[in-house]
Amino acid sequence: MLLVTVSILAMFLDIVPVILAAFLSALFWDLLFIPPRFTFTVGTVEDRWLLLMYFVIALIHAVLTFKIRQMESEVRTKEEKARAIKFYNTVFNSLSHELRTPITTVIGATDNLLSDNAKISEADKRELLSEISIAAMRLNRQVENLLSMSRLESGVIQVKKDWVDVRELIYTTLKEFESNTTKYRVNISAPDTLPLFKLDFGLMEQVLHNLISNAIQHTAEGTDITIHADVLDEKLFLTVSDTGKGFPEAEKDKVFDKFYRVTGSRAGGTGLGLSIVRGFVEAHHGTISLRNLPLSGAEFAIEIPTETTYVNRLKNE
Amino acid sequence: MSNATVLVIDDEAQIRKLLSITLQSHDFNVVEASTAKEGLAIVVSHPPDLVLLDLGLPDRSGHDVLIHLREWYINPIIILSVQSSEEDIVKALDHGANDYLVKPFRTGELMARIRSAIRKGNPEESNSRIDFQDFEIDFASRTVKKNNMIVKLTATEYSLLALMVKNEGKVLTHHYLLNQIWGPSYKNESQYLRVFIAQLRKKIESDPNRPSHIVTESGVGYRFVAK
Repeated sequence: MLLVTVSILAMFLDIVPVILAAFLSALFWDLLFIPPRFTFTVGTVEDRWLLLMYFVIALIHAVLTFKIRQMESEVRTKEEKARAIKFYNTVFNSLSHELRTPITTVIGATDNLLSDNAKISEADKRELLSEISIAAMRLNRQVENLLSMSRLESGVIQVKKDWVDVRELIYTTLKEFESNTTKYRVNISAPDTLPLFKLDFGLMEQVLHNLISNAIQHTAEGTDITIHADVLDEKLFLTVSDTGKGFPEAEKDKVFDKFYRVTGSRAGGTGLGLSIVRGFVEAHHGTISLRNLPLSGAEFAIEIPTETTYVNRLKNE
Repeated sequence: MSNATVLVIDDEAQIRKLLSITLQSHDFNVVEASTAKEGLAIVVSHPPDLVLLDLGLPDRSGHDVLIHLREWYINPIIILSVQSSEEDIVKALDHGANDYLVKPFRTGELMARIRSAIRKGNPEESNSRIDFQDFEIDFASRTVKKNNMIVKLTATEYSLLALMVKNEGKVLTHHYLLNQIWGPSYKNESQYLRVFIAQLRKKIESDPNRPSHIVTESGVGYRFVAK
């Protein structure tokens, strides 16, 4: 019984209190079980030996338990460390790939253009220049994502709410995809009677932008992308759906995790876009969920509780 | 117009070089300054036709320089800013900047802003009637026509459209528009602006869902583009 107490203590306490506990338990044992009982005097030589033996056993017991615990926690931290290192390696690999690819393009293309190689045709020169331009845009996008992520991480993000016409939000966001969306059919369904919502236009623009670009990046050309907006009980409902292949069921919950990339997904993308989306939606006290649609494709559904106004239903001034 | 002179105040040599080459290739004279002090000295000694001012200068805040310049310098000032901080931009516009560009910007955009700012700086060629492809506006009779049919606009809608057309190419902040059309007490009532912009787009844009004339500058305001 006393030994059990000592080992339980050893599981939770530091080495000094553990030794102290072993010593105290020996004293206690002396007090209770060694005649004359209820005194600290030890009668016979055998009893003294017994007491010493008990103390040694208690001590060894305590120290061993403590050591085992220490080793276990060391193993745990080592495992955690290995996991963290693996995670950061993946992150840095994908990040450095994402940043270095366009940088390599720029350096290579400019080297070519600056060299006195007369064999480069005018057409090739133009091609190289347009590659530089694409690379720079890609870099800019990545940097923007990284900056948004660090804004979110540092917790300095401020939601500056103002009245937003959600249809205007959708069309303004789509304007940035003008050259791209010709390859995709974008349907917008938002009732004319939609009220104005209090939202941060800039943040919501990025939310929508990332969802659309996610759909474009991971579905085949010609896919239908549908943006739907509606209102219910002072809540904005915004969904972005596509008719692509959808997400693997097992990975659905992880897509919003920072740096998570769905297995086998196309190159390009740091795994930041969707976590920024979730961050910005949550900054509005809203929620976002992902589901696979019954026939085909995926749907991201956003729900944001916010003030609304129907000033647009007032008669014209 | 004889070659206009543009002063570039930016501490980054690369940006100055890029702007110099671009502007010179479009027949502008370019003067460069790398600090606020240097820039202000040049504006005093040789007032340029336009100033491109970077907000992040090493020796003095760009906002300070702007306020200081606006005490006496009347030609257009266009702000260059790296952070796409809307608040910063709105602040600069309130302090008298004519327009802004966020780095990285496209050359086409840069030239459009500069041309529009310089045109505005010149006395109005008081055109009483302007014809855009989708619609035309007649300031004398206060009418707007689309496909030769008169578009019925409310008084507020007309004032808003006329104000924007007169400032073609220039960004107008939410506060400015609300203040001009609805009055100072409506400065923060952005809901009216949203609604009237939507109504105007429906009436004048050939595709209200892809507005090409009334362009949203997110978090800042609206810009009328002639196209």
